[in-house]
Amino acid sequence: MPRASTILRVAAIVLLVAFLGAPQRFAPLFAPLTEYGAPPIYDQGDLLSLALAHLGTVFVAAAASTLVAVGLGILVTRSRGAQFLSLSRTLANIGQTFPPVAVLAVAVPLVGFGQTPTLIALFAYGLLPILENTIAGLQGCPPAVIEAANGMGMSARQRLLAVELPLAMPLILEGVRLSLVINVGTATIGSTVAAKGLGEVIIAGLLSNNTAFVLQGGLLTGLMAILIYDAMVTLERRLLRTVPA
Amino acid sequence: MTVRRLPALDPLGALLGAVGVAALAFLPFVVFKSNRIVPGEARALLDFLPAGPVFGFYLMLALAAGAALFVANARLRLACALLGVIALAIAVAAAGNALTPPGNKVVRVAPGAGFWVLLIALGLMTTDAITRLRPGPALRVLLLLIFAVAAGLAFASGAFDHLSIMREYAVNSDRFAREARQHMLLAFGSLGAAVVVALPVGILCHRVPRLRAGVIGTLNLIQTIPSIALFGILMAPLGALAAAFPWAAEHGIRGIGTAPAVVALFLYSLLPVVANTVVGLGRVSPAAVDAARGMGLTTWQILAHIEFPLALPVILTGIRIVLVQNIGLVTVAALIGGGGFGAFVFQGIGQTAMDLVLLGAIPIVMLAFSSAVLLDALVDLMNRAAQ
Amino acid sequence: MINIEGLSKRYGSTTVVDAVSMSIASGSITVIVGTSGSGKSTLLRMINRLVEPTTGRVLIDGADTSLTPAHLLRRRIGYVIQGHGLFPHRTVAENIATVPRLLGWERSRVAARVEELLRVFQLESASFGRKFPHQLSGGEQQRVGVARALAAEPALLLMDEPFGALDPVIRGKAQDDLLDIQRRFGTTIVLVTHDMDEAFRLGDCVAVMKQGRVLQHDRPGVLLTRPADPFVTRLSGTADRALKLLSLTTAGELAEPGPTEKRTVAAAASLREVLSDLIWSGADAATVLNPDGSSAGRLTVARLLAHGRQG
Repeated sequence: MPRASTILRVAAIVLLVAFLGAPQRFAPLFAPLTEYGAPPIYDQGDLLSLALAHLGTVFVAAAASTLVAVGLGILVTRSRGAQFLSLSRTLANIGQTFPPVAVLAVAVPLVGFGQTPTLIALFAYGLLPILENTIAGLQGCPPAVIEAANGMGMSARQRLLAVELPLAMPLILEGVRLSLVINVGTATIGSTVAAKGLGEVIIAGLLSNNTAFVLQGGLLTGLMAILIYDAMVTLERRLLRTVPA
Repeated sequence: MTVRRLPALDPLGALLGAVGVAALAFLPFVVFKSNRIVPGEARALLDFLPAGPVFGFYLMLALAAGAALFVANARLRLACALLGVIALAIAVAAAGNALTPPGNKVVRVAPGAGFWVLLIALGLMTTDAITRLRPGPALRVLLLLIFAVAAGLAFASGAFDHLSIMREYAVNSDRFAREARQHMLLAFGSLGAAVVVALPVGILCHRVPRLRAGVIGTLNLIQTIPSIALFGILMAPLGALAAAFPWAAEHGIRGIGTAPAVVALFLYSLLPVVANTVVGLGRVSPAAVDAARGMGLTTWQILAHIEFPLALPVILTGIRIVLVQNIGLVTVAALIGGGGFGAFVFQGIGQTAMDLVLLGAIPIVMLAFSSAVLLDALVDLMNRAAQ
Repeated sequence: MINIEGLSKRYGSTTVVDAVSMSIASGSITVIVGTSGSGKSTLLRMINRLVEPTTGRVLIDGADTSLTPAHLLRRRIGYVIQGHGLFPHRTVAENIATVPRLLGWERSRVAARVEELLRVFQLESASFGRKFPHQLSGGEQQRVGVARALAAEPALLLMDEPFGALDPVIRGKAQDDLLDIQRRFGTTIVLVTHDMDEAFRLGDCVAVMKQGRVLQHDRPGVLLTRPADPFVTRLSGTADRALKLLSLTTAGELAEPGPTEKRTVAAAASLREVLSDLIWSGADAATVLNPDGSSAGRLTVARLLAHGRQG
């Protein structure tokens, strides 16, 4: 008898795929929410391609954030980079204090409309959780393990790759998870600057007073966020089995 | 005979110095537009300002760069960086003044990319210097106040009035004040309501572990709904409410505007406060609670005098997260008529007017930053008091 | 053969190790004893250059250790620390295989060596190699730590308070196991501890350190009978030094020819144990038996007391 969480997980995936694959089938569900015969299902674009574009933006930004944040995290935990530790923390903090909308708005005159300013805003916003967790993970390696690795004759690079990073991985992944989930929601705002994504559906709904559209966009993004969260947690748990809490 | 070695170069200083020099050399310092619609043209400082002050300005920048490269003393670096910022401000104000014919309200003089890059570079240098000094919470708040007062005085004196962003402000000054009030009301109001509800819920979840998973799971679910979606979803029921009960509409509860924004922000604010309350209470040492019970304190007294004060720093951290988050989310509420600084931002995006965007974005950033500094200082003070 | 010549370590104005010179014979166990802050750990870590000396040098079999890159040097020297430092994210087998892999051994050779070590350290069972460190008991973790250090067949093993984290019941067994291992592999061992009893039990040679200086470096018996410094006496303890002295010699070594006695003791037993046995049983003498059952001679209480009176 599968557990409740597995059932929910499968149900969510099935629902998502079904809706994206054949959205019109769900029209009767959404019809009561519309007025004056407005279309119950978003028809100004292909929902599937919008969802994929949305995910694309989210993952590209998250990949960039991860690369930079992990790289920076490694640098500032080495003895040569220690002087930059507090500064990078402060900067990442400032990056999170800037509301994404503000970053978006300021980026538009510089790089134009569309995907690019959205990527920049998501990148800046997603840095802090990953950076903080990378630093915490690397600094949390038991000193005895580092000493043993040095004593055995591992070079600094070997020690980093074989010992420190694997041990820090659960925390780093948690940071990436946080970043991803936040990005899914924040990316919807990108549609205000013409980025392709599910935000389009929501904004179309707001403009034409069509609650059905708003719900579709909102539920789709919410569902994707939950599934990503779930997938990451499963990944982390599998890795955590080899490392004691 | 001793051999003199070159002083060691500071790597961050080298980076900032290089960026600053490149910005000065290759990027426009100001952009001149004869009216609001025409595209702007870059102007170099020496074209329209007397050579003396301009070279004085360059000298201040060089001083800042030199300090960034060679000086190790954090206070000295801070002083040179601040001098650079002041010189920058004077330069841009003078540029605005010089390029605007007297009495002309049509021309637009905007700070160019060069100005912004220099400002960011000097800002980074200042931040780095302050970080190295490791100021305590009281000092941080003091620095914030000094900065706020200095900036306020500078703007009030009218020195920057000729810059395009201040022109937009002049046109929209009433609306600016109104939106400012609205923004604060939405951000702080929803926070207050959320704290009133979230604290008891958090305490309950802490006491009854079985509730914890369910409550936090539900709140987590709410967090994943993107803000515009939640704003939009709330519009329908609130609109229906307003239609069914006219007195509600009279009191401002409508489908658009403040009401859905407040409700959505309230819902978003719940999770961090509840989660941090549970974690904070969980960190209170059971030995302390045990001792208190042994001394004869009632459950309420233990909660009020022991658990809550000890959990307060963590709870305040949650409130700080919520406040900064809310200030950002209120910006989005402008899309559904909620007002606030976001109105300027989206209007600026729609009209491709960078100045309007900045008029909205800069106050938002300053507000978020100040709240973060103030609340962090408060949390720090509490942590120190606890020791 | 390890030669330490004028090794010093200074941090600013503080001298942690002060011009230490000593020779360590191959195949022996040398124990460095001292209170905390005496510089013993720093001295040990200068041998494998985890700490770089301020002055002086270390020669291993005539070669100056500062000439090889540090991390390559350390792959030829085993290193065991108090917290064992096992890699939590790798299995026992992978932990033990670390240095052989770093040295590029073929898989089959690595696997065979891991098997052999698991057997020698009594960590039998097919599944043991696949366990993770957090699933092991403290004693098992400590044994894996030593196995890992010996995996690449180093000629030298450095140990920094290796038994400190074990409870007293296991500690004795672990110390005995170390003596067995050393006899089997012939490794030169340099061990640091603050426990004088442990030093006497394990060391062929004991070096006493205080405030960065080596006060005396000699066989344990000499430290007891001819201490070079009051500190050495204090460290060894005056309360039962006669008994300590007796514990350093086995019955087999002191047995003399004589008539067979009713009471018997093993040749491997220490004189201290023999004396205790004779007191307890009320006998005046006992016959010393070899492991095969043959007689190695006898010991009388008088002879034992005479041996203890050397001080």
